Amino acid sequence: MIKSLKSIGEYFIMMRKVVSRPEKYSVFFKQIILELDKIGLNSVGIVIIISFFIGGVVTIQTSINMSNPILPTYLIGIATRDSLILEFSPTMICLILAGKVGSNIASEIGTMRVTEQIDAIEIMGVNSTSFLILPKIIAAMFFFPFLIIISMSVGLFGGWIGGQAVGVSTADYMLGIKYDFLPYYITYALTKTIVFAFIITSVSAYFGYFTKGGAINVGVSSTKAVVYSSIIILIFNFILTDLLLS
Amino acid sequence: MIIVENIYKKFDGNQVLNDISFTFEPGKTNLIIGESGSGKTTLLKILIGLYDLDSGTIKYNERVFTKMKLKQKRQLRQEIGMLFQGGALFDYMTVEENIMFPLTMFTNQTEEEKLDRVNFCLNRVNLENKNHLLPSELSGGMLKRVAIARAISMNPKYLLCDEPNSGLDPKTAILIDNLIQEITQEYNITTVVNTHDMNSVMEIGEKIAFIHNGVIWWEGHKEELINSDNKQLNDFVFASELFKRLKKS
Repeated sequence: MIKSLKSIGEYFIMMRKVVSRPEKYSVFFKQIILELDKIGLNSVGIVIIISFFIGGVVTIQTSINMSNPILPTYLIGIATRDSLILEFSPTMICLILAGKVGSNIASEIGTMRVTEQIDAIEIMGVNSTSFLILPKIIAAMFFFPFLIIISMSVGLFGGWIGGQAVGVSTADYMLGIKYDFLPYYITYALTKTIVFAFIITSVSAYFGYFTKGGAINVGVSSTKAVVYSSIIILIFNFILTDLLLS
Repeated sequence: MIIVENIYKKFDGNQVLNDISFTFEPGKTNLIIGESGSGKTTLLKILIGLYDLDSGTIKYNERVFTKMKLKQKRQLRQEIGMLFQGGALFDYMTVEENIMFPLTMFTNQTEEEKLDRVNFCLNRVNLENKNHLLPSELSGGMLKRVAIARAISMNPKYLLCDEPNSGLDPKTAILIDNLIQEITQEYNITTVVNTHDMNSVMEIGEKIAFIHNGVIWWEGHKEELINSDNKQLNDFVFASELFKRLKKS
């Protein structure tokens, strides 16, 4: 319990240093561009692949479970749309990104810690937390919403392909996609995404930054980063859903 | 000049440094020697503020480092170059980018001026035309030399070196030692070298502090060291057969 409280305290002290003014804005913006590439663009491929197949599977499973002549076929489109927009794209994709991006951040910063590169940054007079962590947080909070929009679009496309396989007509599927659509669902999904992006980057950076020891400890930090950021995402998913939808 | 007065440091109830007082003089290579675990690295990290001390004072030319706020410490650190045991070069940057990093962060020099400075520093450590190599493509000796080049890129007033020649062959180790000494004398830098390599001590030891169990047991220069009758110092210095024979002769 005391250890957990100490970790929470350390996290907030670190975050206070993270949000301080960067030493040089030109270097800071360059770092953000690098992080956009590392964290954002490098994740586009995996997001597209996962979203396409999950979209297809959701449509097929919904279709199988709704094989009742009373239920209109366009409901399959509605179910696919709502599951993708409300839950799969923002939450599941962020959980996957917690594994991909979170472990990458924790191991990168952890390795820099154990090889004294962070000490070297500090000794040069640079605020290492702001220099290393803030660009990652900003890049993720900026780029993850785009990833989630890509995920929604590709997922819906995958759903259409899946629908073709089980005899859902394009007209019915499209009707379902458009039927009674609430644009607020997108706002809700993107709000969650921005919060999750912050959690993934800051929690992973925390575990990396406070790594002690050698290579084994970098691995431990990386695992902890994924586990803890996933748990915190699930907790915040519950809180945000209650706040924004109920 | 760096003056440390009555420094105490404990880790988990274990007294690592006990009443350390010493003056590191400018234009000289000041050596901290001692066995592994004697407190050398802790002292070096305390000097630069990477570890907080329990009590005591550190002064950089009349400026009391221990009373400074973090922002002031960061400003002072721009006057300090540090050479880490493993080099601590940024592995995603090339040699040129590594040396250029402090210049980019703290000067308003143009790209051309920065490049000139990088080339000057690389030239100074005898590493011309290695600008575009990554740290992973360098040998141990080259890595240390690039780290020295980065450490001197901002014309530091103080140079701190943590076991600069560990893991190097004797010939390269002497090359690094001599390079540190030359730079120290050339720019009148206050250099602090942390080592347990006796070859280094005999090569560049102008002012030496011997730490044993967190206490300074002896201080002097390399000629005095050979003739010292301090038991702990002799046990450490003359541990090898070669140095025992040197002592006898």
